[in-house]
Amino acid sequence: MLALILLSTGTLHAQGLSGEVADLRQMLLEMKNDYESRIAGLESRLDRAERSARSASRSADDAVEIAEQTAIDLTAGASSPNTYNPAIGVVLVARYANVGPGWEDIPGFIPGGDLGPGSSGLSLGESELNLNANIDSRFFGNITFALGDEDGETEIALEEAWIQTTSLSNGLTLLGGRYFSGIGYLNKFHIHADDFADRPLPYQAFLGGQYIADGLQLRWIAPTPLFLEVGAELNWGSNFPSTSNSATSPDLWTLFSHVGGDIGLSHSWQLGLSYLSADVVDRGGEDVGAPPAEVFTGDSDITGLDFVWKWAPDGNSTVQNFKFQGEYFSRDERGVFAGLPYDGDQDGWYLQGIWQFRQGWRIGYRHDEVDADNGPLFSGTILEDPGRSSARDSFIIEWSASEFSRLRMQFIDDRVLDESDSQILLQYIMSIGAHGAHEF
Amino acid sequence: MKGLITLLLLLIVPLSSDALEVFACEPEWGALVRELAGDNANLTVAITAFQDPHRLQARPSLIAATRRAELLVCTGADLEIGWLPLLLRRAGNPDIQPGRPGHFMAADYVRKLEIPALIDRSQGDIHPQGNPHIHLNPNNISRIADKLAERLGALDPGNGSDYISRLQGFQIRWETATMGWEERGESLRGLRLVTHHRGFSYLADWLDLDIVATLERKPGIPPSAAHLASLLEQLSPNPPAAVVRTPYANERPSLWLTERLDVWALRLPYTVNDADGPADLFALFDMTLTALEEVNNERL
Repeated sequence: MLALILLSTGTLHAQGLSGEVADLRQMLLEMKNDYESRIAGLESRLDRAERSARSASRSADDAVEIAEQTAIDLTAGASSPNTYNPAIGVVLVARYANVGPGWEDIPGFIPGGDLGPGSSGLSLGESELNLNANIDSRFFGNITFALGDEDGETEIALEEAWIQTTSLSNGLTLLGGRYFSGIGYLNKFHIHADDFADRPLPYQAFLGGQYIADGLQLRWIAPTPLFLEVGAELNWGSNFPSTSNSATSPDLWTLFSHVGGDIGLSHSWQLGLSYLSADVVDRGGEDVGAPPAEVFTGDSDITGLDFVWKWAPDGNSTVQNFKFQGEYFSRDERGVFAGLPYDGDQDGWYLQGIWQFRQGWRIGYRHDEVDADNGPLFSGTILEDPGRSSARDSFIIEWSASEFSRLRMQFIDDRVLDESDSQILLQYIMSIGAHGAHEF
Repeated sequence: MKGLITLLLLLIVPLSSDALEVFACEPEWGALVRELAGDNANLTVAITAFQDPHRLQARPSLIAATRRAELLVCTGADLEIGWLPLLLRRAGNPDIQPGRPGHFMAADYVRKLEIPALIDRSQGDIHPQGNPHIHLNPNNISRIADKLAERLGALDPGNGSDYISRLQGFQIRWETATMGWEERGESLRGLRLVTHHRGFSYLADWLDLDIVATLERKPGIPPSAAHLASLLEQLSPNPPAAVVRTPYANERPSLWLTERLDVWALRLPYTVNDADGPADLFALFDMTLTALEEVNNERL
């Protein structure tokens, strides 16, 4: 019994002891937790203090830097009364040519503008002076003068003078004045930006090299992931293929559309469709050195198809890139020529490829040709059917020290006339002043 | 044929989405927009790490994207001078024109290095406002993040509180990460490097690296054989630790020089890169530091 009691008290005692241990353990645990949380608290305070010290020192640095920057900006502003001057760019072009007989009109076509390979020897060509700037928050303005040398006399031509809106929404842009029409692919570029020294034959035959329009252009870009642009123009003016000198009503309208996009990183493309319709009055005659009666009056409609495809490895065009482009134009004319009913069909196309094979170096090839089908009535006139197409093959090699300079050599096998002609052109194109735009 | 029509419709039909349409010029700003806006933004990034931001063309897909954009996030300081003004003129979109809230130029908010005293193209393709490759200093990123979040909130007030909390979260993580990078950077102090282009000036300024030469004799002018030869002669007595280039730079000049100097030709990530590089801005600095540490350890 005693033993039993002893045992039970022992157990009780032991139970009491183990209770104390548990209590102690509990206390310790609580203390530990308490300290841990305090330490964590202290650590985070320290962290915060460090961080705020850092950010304080950084804001001090910032303040100094911003003060310095402001001082820089202020001096920049104060020391330049010409801050509002427009961007000024000058393009210097000159060439040396070795040309055989040459030509100024293409058989079967009434020429417009200065066509052909020009004459042999050194010539300055057209240098350009361009000014552009935002006019205010709603308009952008651009003017380009072309300065040429004609028989020792300096000629100044107003190449472009247009304004455009920057504040119409929904993808709309309205442009007015003298501008490069948006038809085709090449037309909107300055000729000095081309890959060849001269425009392809269909441009020379149908657009006088470049259609510079006087009028209005409205463009709309669709709010889609795929690039889709639609444009329309209403033009006056006297630049070929327009013939009207009166400003009373438009005599030419165009419609054009472009779609384009990317395929992966390395490929970009654009496809275009254009239509141009002109009311032609007295085209030809003495203006082009033909007898006065050889003039055309009637409707002239041009349909054009254009594409361009560009490749660069991973889209990085710095070292290597390739550009492939082509355009097709078809013209339908109905009316009266030299007092006779006239219904002519002409078409023309070109294909070209340009390969930059190492940084600064490019080579390229182009084939261009035009074909006239004017019917049998006009033999002996400027519309006489040549019975063959006029074609050329051109090769270029180019070197650029930077994107602002370019030296070009172009070889042409010219079969516009009956006899073929081998031509060589050497050309430099240099731009100074405002940075040019990298148009696609 | 039916498939083709569906495809065309998919491409042509406008995207109907409530997200803010953001057009970022460079991948680093795209990554910052992702941090600060998440799904609130529908993001288009104009270029990749493999493309030279100076040399881009205003290609059709970019015109389409700027036409839809409500916010434009670019570097500025004339980095995009060759193509951005043209995109802005073609886009028919008043919201992103200069001076409007939708026109955000990161370089406006940081101090620029290498502001040229002589602005003349004989000095190469220099930028009058200073070196525009501003993003390789995390302190610049942090400063720009504040301003960008503010702009996002102003353009998309409905998600204003979201931009604030995202910015706070980003800044805490960025601050901690920056401290870590700066600690790691201590050992890199004075590391001698040659760079292809002046694309790493802000990194060097931040980590106190020593850029002893550039392969381009003048910015934007491709390295010439004559210049490389003179660099070889100049650097041979005391070669740099590495010749550093961006993913878009031509590798040949770097390789030519490093083979002869027997030093590293190092392609740093330079920017965020979805293909084979850092997926976000944190990884960009991590990878950059790791690469530099590797060069540095080799040297020791």
